Amino acid sequence: MPDPDPLLLSPVLDQYKLAGRTSLLPALHAVQSLYGYIPEFAAESIARQLKVPLAEVYGVVTFYSHFRTQSAATRSIQVCKDPACRLDGGIKIPDGIQVEDVPCMGLCDMAPAAAVDGISADWTIDLGLSKRLPLSGRMHKSHIGGDVSILTRNCGKGQVTTLLDYRASGGYTGLENALRLTPPELIAQVKASGLVGRGGAAFPTGVKWESAAAASDSTRYVICNADESEPGTFKDRILLEDDPHHMIEGLIIAGYAIGAQKGYVYIRVEYSEAYQVILHALDEARQAGILGKNILTSGFSFDIEVRQGAGAYVCGEETALFESIEGKRGLPRIKPPFPTTAGLFGKPTVINNVETLCNIPEILREGAQAYSARGTQKSTGTKLFCLSGDVVRPGLYELPFGASLRHLIEDLAGGMANQRGFGAALVGGAAGGFATAAELDTRLSFEDMRSAGIPLGAGVVMVFDETRDLRLILLRLAQFFAEESCGKCFPCQLGTQRQVEILHRVVDGQIDKEDPTRLSEIAQTMTDASICGLGQSAAMAIQSANKRWPQIFTARQDGR
Amino acid sequence: MQEMIELTIDDEVVSVPAGTTIYHAAMEMGVVIPTLCFHEYCSANALCRVCVVEVEGSRVLVPACVAKVSAGMVVHTDTPRVRSARKTILEMLAASVDVSDSADVLRLMQDYNARSDRFPASIRRESDLIDDNPMYVRDYSKCILCWRCVQVCAQDAQYTFAINFTGRGYETHIGTFYDRSLTETTCVFCGQCVAVCPTGALKPRREWLLEEKDHAHTR
Repeated sequence: MPDPDPLLLSPVLDQYKLAGRTSLLPALHAVQSLYGYIPEFAAESIARQLKVPLAEVYGVVTFYSHFRTQSAATRSIQVCKDPACRLDGGIKIPDGIQVEDVPCMGLCDMAPAAAVDGISADWTIDLGLSKRLPLSGRMHKSHIGGDVSILTRNCGKGQVTTLLDYRASGGYTGLENALRLTPPELIAQVKASGLVGRGGAAFPTGVKWESAAAASDSTRYVICNADESEPGTFKDRILLEDDPHHMIEGLIIAGYAIGAQKGYVYIRVEYSEAYQVILHALDEARQAGILGKNILTSGFSFDIEVRQGAGAYVCGEETALFESIEGKRGLPRIKPPFPTTAGLFGKPTVINNVETLCNIPEILREGAQAYSARGTQKSTGTKLFCLSGDVVRPGLYELPFGASLRHLIEDLAGGMANQRGFGAALVGGAAGGFATAAELDTRLSFEDMRSAGIPLGAGVVMVFDETRDLRLILLRLAQFFAEESCGKCFPCQLGTQRQVEILHRVVDGQIDKEDPTRLSEIAQTMTDASICGLGQSAAMAIQSANKRWPQIFTARQDGR
Repeated sequence: MQEMIELTIDDEVVSVPAGTTIYHAAMEMGVVIPTLCFHEYCSANALCRVCVVEVEGSRVLVPACVAKVSAGMVVHTDTPRVRSARKTILEMLAASVDVSDSADVLRLMQDYNARSDRFPASIRRESDLIDDNPMYVRDYSKCILCWRCVQVCAQDAQYTFAINFTGRGYETHIGTFYDRSLTETTCVFCGQCVAVCPTGALKPRREWLLEEKDHAHTR
C-alpha cells in the first residue's frame, strides 16, 4: 500500500476549520475516507485546524471503534457477532477473506448479517460485493408486517419514499396543522396524545418538550437520536431507509414546538445507506420550502444537520451523544442538569428517538384523541417490534399496544422455525429480559410488561428455540457491554469486565460455587451506582435468566 | 445573604448554603463520606462511585461528591446497600490493578472488609512501566483511572494538555498523542500530575530509582 499523500489533506480539511471542535468527528471521518485510516500527520493537522489539543484528538480517535490508527492491510468483510446472527454458528467465510467481527449492525431480521464498507451485503448471493449499491437497487427488503400500518405505511416497498410519494400518503399535513397552532397548543396536543419515548426509557414526550420550551435560553436544539445500536433492533434503520420524510417531519414539528433554530440527526456510522437517504430527503425538503428559511411561509425558520457516529453504543445515551456532536469522547454526563435545561453546547435540548418522532406527524394529522384511541389506556398508539431469531418470518411488525407476545410470535411471525419448540424470548434488547413460554400471553404494553418484570425497551423480540444454549447468548451479551462500556465510572468499567470473566466460566462448565453470588453483587453495584443507563442495565438480561433458570449458573452435572 | 438549605443527613438536621454538595454538607457535621477519585482542587466527576449515598426517593444511589443538597433531602451515608456497593467496587478494583502502593485504596479496603481475592482469575489491566523522561516514571498497571492527572494537565491547573485518555471501557489508559514519549509532547514537567496521583502510578524518577535499589538489596 502506498504511503498516504499529505498534499491531499488540506482541501479536505478546509471546510471544517470554521466550526472548530464540533467538526472533529466529521473531519476524522473525512480523513479516514481519504486514507483508509487516521495517519499521525493528519491527526496533527486536524488538531491545529480545529484548535483541539493533540492528546485530546488521539483520545477521541481511540474512543470510537470505527476509527483506525493504522492502515488496514486488506479490505475486510464485517460479520455480526451478536446473538441473532450467531445462532447457527454465523457465516462460514471462505479462506482468504479478512473477517472483522463487529457488534449488531441492525440487520437481525436478515441474520446472519455481513457488510462490506458499511454496506449490508447479502453474502449468500455475492460475497465479493464491494461497490456501493445504488439507492434504488438495495439488495435487502425487510419483511414488514403487523396488525396496522401507520408508522410503517411507506416501508417495505423496496424503495425510498420520495417527497412526492410521502405527501401523497398524507405526509407533511401534520406539519401544516402544527404550524397553524401556537407552540403551547402544539405541546398540549402531544401531551394529550399520551405519547412516550420509544427509545427504551418511555418518558412522556410532551412533558420533555414543555420543559425545554420553558427554558430561559432562547438558543435551543432538537436532536433525532438515530444511533440505534441495541442488539436486536433495526426498526429505526427501516424507518429511515424507507421513509425518511416521516422522521424529518417529526423533527421539524419538535423544533417549532420548543422554538429551536437547528436540529441534528445523529446516526450510527453503520447505517450508511440510511445516512445517504436522509441527506437526499433533506435536500428535497429544502427545495420544496419545507425546511430552511420561512418554512411553508409560516415565518418559522429551521434547518437540520446530519452527524454520523463512529462506532460507540454508549452514544445512544443522550448526554454521551451531545459530547460526541461536540467533538469529544462519548462519555455520559452527570445529571442533573438535564438536557432540557443544559443539553447540546449547554443549551436547552430535546432529544427524541426516530420512532418517537415518526409518531408526531400522526398525532398532528389525525388529532390527539384519534391517536390515543389506539393501544391501551396507559400505552397509546402503535409500537414497532423487531422480531429476530428462530421464527418463521423475522421482520418489523407494527401493532397497537396491548396485543400479546404470543400473537406477535405465533400469528404474525409465523411461529417457531425448524419445527422446534419455543425456548425463550429476549425482550427489550441486550439490556432486556427473558420471557418464558409461561409469559407468552403477557400483553405488549409498558404497564403489562413492567408488572411481568420484562422491559419493553426499544421493542426487541429475539426468539430462541428450546435447543439453544442460553449460556452462550448470555456470554455474548456480557461481552457486548464490556466492549461498549465507556470506562468513565468504576462500577460499569470494572463490572462489565468481571461479568464476562464469570460468564466464560459458566460456558466452560468451570463455574465456581461463589460465582452466582458474585454475579448478583456485580449486578446490584452496576445497577445502583453506575453513571448512566448502560451500566445500570448491563446485568439485566443475565439476572433475568438467573431468576428464571438458576440451574444455568450452577456447576454442570454431566461432568462436561 | 446566601440562601440556606436544610436537609437531614444520618438522622441529623443540618443547614448549609445552597449549592453545597452532599459530600461537603456531611463534612460540615463531621461525617466523612469515603472517596477515591475526588480531590479538593480538581473538578469532581463522580467516577469511582465510592462516595455513593442513599437519598430517600431516589431510584439509584447518589454520588455525594457532585450531587447538590436540596431542601428536605434525607440522606443516609452508611447503609448496608451503600456499604455493599462500596465494597464490591473496591474488590473489583483490586482484581484489576496493583493497589499495593495506594494508601487510600488499602485503607478503604480495610474499612469495608473488602477482599482482594474476591474475584479470582481476573484479567488484570497490566502495562509496562514507562521510563521516557528524566523527571518521572509512569506505571499504569497501578492506575485506577481517577482522571486527576489528566485534569491538572488540562483546565484544572496547567493547561498543557500533554496527556489524555486512550481506548475505552476496561481498556482505557492514560496516554499521549500517538503514544509519543513525554519529551515529545507539550509536557512542561510541572509535576502536578505526580502530586495528585493517589496510587503511585506516577512517581518521581529519583524516588523510583531509590525504591528499585532497596528492592535489589532485599532480594
